[in-house]
Amino acid sequence: MRARRGASVGALAVVALAAGCGGEARESLTAVSWGGSYARAVTLGYIEPFMAETGIEVRLEDYNGGLAQVRAQVESGSVHWDVVDLEIADAVSGCDEGLLERIDPGMLSPAPDGTPAVDDFLPETLLECSVGTLFYSTVYAYNDERVPGEKPATIEDFFDLERFPGRRGMRRTPVVNLEFALMADGVPVEAVYDVLDAPEGVERAFRKLDTVKDQVVWWEAGAQPPQMLADGEVVMTTAYNGRIFNAQVLEGQPLVIVWDGQVLDTGQLGIVAGTPNLEAALAFVRFATSARSMAAVSGYIAYSPVRGSGLPLVGTHVETGVDMNPHMPTHPDNGARVLTNDWLWWSDHMDAMNERFSAWLAE
Amino acid sequence: MALLASRLGRIAYLMACGLVFVFLLAPLLVIVPLSFNAEPYFTFTEGMLRLDAEAFSFRWYRQVATDPVWRRALANSLLIGTAATLLATALGTLAAMGLTSRAMPVRRLATGLLISPMVAPLVISAAGMFFFYSALGLAQTHLGLILAHAALGTPFVVITVTATLSAFDRNLSRAAAGLGAGPWLTFRRVELPIIAPGVVSGALFAFAVSFDEVVVVLFMAGEAQRTIPRQMWAGVREQISPAILAVATFLIGFAVLLLWTVEWLRRRTRASAGYQPYAPAR
Amino acid sequence: MNGAGLRAAGLVLPLAAFIAVTFALPLGTMLVRSVYDPTVAEAMPETLTRLGEWDGAGMPDEVVYSRAAAELARATEQGTLGQVASRINRVRSGLRSLLVRTPRQLRDSPAGPRREALLAIDERWGDPETWHAIRTAGDPLTARHYLHALDLDRARDGSIVQRPAEERVYLRLFARTFAVGLAVTVLCMLLGYPIAYLIAHASARNARWLLAFVLVPFWTSLLVRTTSWIVLLQTQGVVNDLLVTVGLVADDGRLALVHNMTGTLVAMTHILLPFMVLPLYSVMRGIPSRQMAAAASLGAGFFQAFRRVYWPQTVPGVGAGSLLVFILAIGYYITPALVGGQSGQLISNFIAYHMQTSLNWGLAGALGGILLASVAALYVVYDRVVGVEGIRLG
Repeated sequence: MRARRGASVGALAVVALAAGCGGEARESLTAVSWGGSYARAVTLGYIEPFMAETGIEVRLEDYNGGLAQVRAQVESGSVHWDVVDLEIADAVSGCDEGLLERIDPGMLSPAPDGTPAVDDFLPETLLECSVGTLFYSTVYAYNDERVPGEKPATIEDFFDLERFPGRRGMRRTPVVNLEFALMADGVPVEAVYDVLDAPEGVERAFRKLDTVKDQVVWWEAGAQPPQMLADGEVVMTTAYNGRIFNAQVLEGQPLVIVWDGQVLDTGQLGIVAGTPNLEAALAFVRFATSARSMAAVSGYIAYSPVRGSGLPLVGTHVETGVDMNPHMPTHPDNGARVLTNDWLWWSDHMDAMNERFSAWLAE
Repeated sequence: MALLASRLGRIAYLMACGLVFVFLLAPLLVIVPLSFNAEPYFTFTEGMLRLDAEAFSFRWYRQVATDPVWRRALANSLLIGTAATLLATALGTLAAMGLTSRAMPVRRLATGLLISPMVAPLVISAAGMFFFYSALGLAQTHLGLILAHAALGTPFVVITVTATLSAFDRNLSRAAAGLGAGPWLTFRRVELPIIAPGVVSGALFAFAVSFDEVVVVLFMAGEAQRTIPRQMWAGVREQISPAILAVATFLIGFAVLLLWTVEWLRRRTRASAGYQPYAPAR
Repeated sequence: MNGAGLRAAGLVLPLAAFIAVTFALPLGTMLVRSVYDPTVAEAMPETLTRLGEWDGAGMPDEVVYSRAAAELARATEQGTLGQVASRINRVRSGLRSLLVRTPRQLRDSPAGPRREALLAIDERWGDPETWHAIRTAGDPLTARHYLHALDLDRARDGSIVQRPAEERVYLRLFARTFAVGLAVTVLCMLLGYPIAYLIAHASARNARWLLAFVLVPFWTSLLVRTTSWIVLLQTQGVVNDLLVTVGLVADDGRLALVHNMTGTLVAMTHILLPFMVLPLYSVMRGIPSRQMAAAASLGAGFFQAFRRVYWPQTVPGVGAGSLLVFILAIGYYITPALVGGQSGQLISNFIAYHMQTSLNWGLAGALGGILLASVAALYVVYDRVVGVEGIRLG
């Protein structure tokens, strides 16, 4: 009998514990971001300062992109996420689908000199439902120790298995890879999306990818490429420039970024439609997209501010004192060819290209 | 000559069997020493091969034990596992008693349906649960995961308890009833004590299912519900830190403990019911 | 039904109800999504009614244009335009941005016939294909996800045709999934049969130990076992290190053993092997070892004795183990996702992809429906042959 009573007390304790997980007195927000060294940068760059300043608690969750969870929450009316760090194509789709709250640019913080936000943000970084936070770039990088002799220097070299034999890492998606392939196939930067607009252009990109397909190891999470380079799993891999930078300065890995042919993107912060914490979420977005916050993030990871007033604030890496400016994707020395990702093209063709890409992979 | 050939054949056969056992156990045996690696590598360092004490350390264990993320994952796993197990065991035991009754109508169909969560591909179950539980506001809650894991665990309870009950002598119940005991009293005093080992085995299976489940968690859990397998998934997917190996070693120890308990219970049961399939986790 | 029957059914009922709500209904909603999607139909009812009368050849009439303009504008206000656009875009790629920007541009266009206004925005509004796409997406009850899952499509005249070669992917994936299931089953059988025999005919004490060697991996977390294989097989992993040390492989020629099909096969065989060994063991334990000796004394060689006497008696165990391994293998998700690289991905991985990344839930539902039907069919066979309540592994 005693044992049995013990069991039911245990069950009660479990129920009580479960109930306890729900209640919180403090105002709190759930922010969702990309994990790894990037999550660390935003935590130190603006989440902790925001909590210190406002007393609002921010819980940070990781995800790997996509709108599925946001859509499920909005459609079911039980919104758990408040602020989401989005890829620009998702930010646009999410806005169109009514998954994100509209954000009045008038509420954003002005530049330190008083310039209103709308005039301070760089072109195409302020959208209807989301606010740009940073420029990041997809580049390719190699491990200096594993490439003896001649070093790769152009996007063509990434596809050149004769001069640079060995396995390649690429993100498992058609995005950016089609662009890389066309640039390496001789298409000028400004013509890439025009070429892709025609079926023959897509065909051409896939034919170029065919030439390296056997050697490709596909990655999904941004933290993987530096790891793959360090482990010698691949000789060179596409990667987000900031992740490579962190492996270089924090872990001292002998990694080298090839900036030629980099594809530039903006990260966007959006607010999930119907959040019960709208005001706190707006305050958070306002805080996180200030020039000061953007510059603070750039002190931890090599992603550049998207506000004119933020650019001059970029200084040195907080932990190592390295000057961050030459590591920014927007720095003029970084690559003769810089392509800006055309999110409008991708929002139109994402489904078809994904399908095509899957079919191509399965061949 | 024939004797020699058969000897050689026997030796070859035993060696082949030995290789299969190596294949079965090597992955587990390799991970344990590597989890004590002082270096952040996933292979044996020269120091380890020389059995140099310096090459071994508890640093990854310390790291896991002090990391709030892992501690919360453990708390979540225990909470969800325990609650799901209680639910699955209660419902599963009752159902098994009904299913083993000779009077049970459409028994075969009912059994087939109740056991189906065990064989349905987890991705499909998880996807369906994601939609359905979201609509009910249960996605990203502990309760939602508890219900989902209970559903996945019940088949194991049903199978284990059914096996125990089918070896159970019904005359005992009838005798109790003949002596004036009501159904509840009969259950409590006669049936339950006899089938208890089967029930506990079933409960352990249900717990193991929940404790190892990651697909439903991937689809339905938020940050606040992250469990140990979910945390391991993230670790393996992104970067394998040797800390993962420390967790893995802990889980191997846990598996041995569970297995030992189930074996011990099985020997206590007179029923000849064999082993039940363990989590077809995919 | 008599009282005892009612009482038995009453005991089963709580679990039946629980499973129905927590498991069966969710599966049902998933399958409903694969054939039913009213998004476009609800957003553009008037347009679709009128489009129903359109002959499909030339441009639709002005009524269609004015209704479409009005209904797209309303969808914008209600925030459903994006969902409508993504559904239509799946039928015809490239229409998404056109649909999303059209209402905005229409607001600024002068009054007058909507046909001219729409044509002025984009000439694709004059293309019959655009209207066909809207009409197709507007059908709430549809088989097109199932057709898609089988690499088929419906042509303009309603006939069913194959998709263009560069879009065919799912049949190949189903084939690969079943091939992997078969390969893993055969591997488990080849590895499992000898050790099951060894355990079944060993002394009680040895048998207990050997069985424990099979059961420890069985009880060990799937993620732990998958992680172990990554650690063992990766380029800088234990197996490659060993091969390099022995000199079988050059340091710069390390083998790719994981993140490809090899990894998937090795890890899945390891994980499913106990599901084969245990039913085999349970059958073999019932076969007296004297039988083989008797056959030998009658002059049969080992292979003959095995083939004629032993093997036939183990066929039920082989069948039970193989079916179970195959059923579990074709639904595997976690292991291929972690060790499969690209070439080792199975259909489950694509279901997860369409669920979580492409958000094509209808297609995910259809792929899941086909996989589920395959599993259900095998499950029924298993129930007939072995009996599900008799899943007795050992």
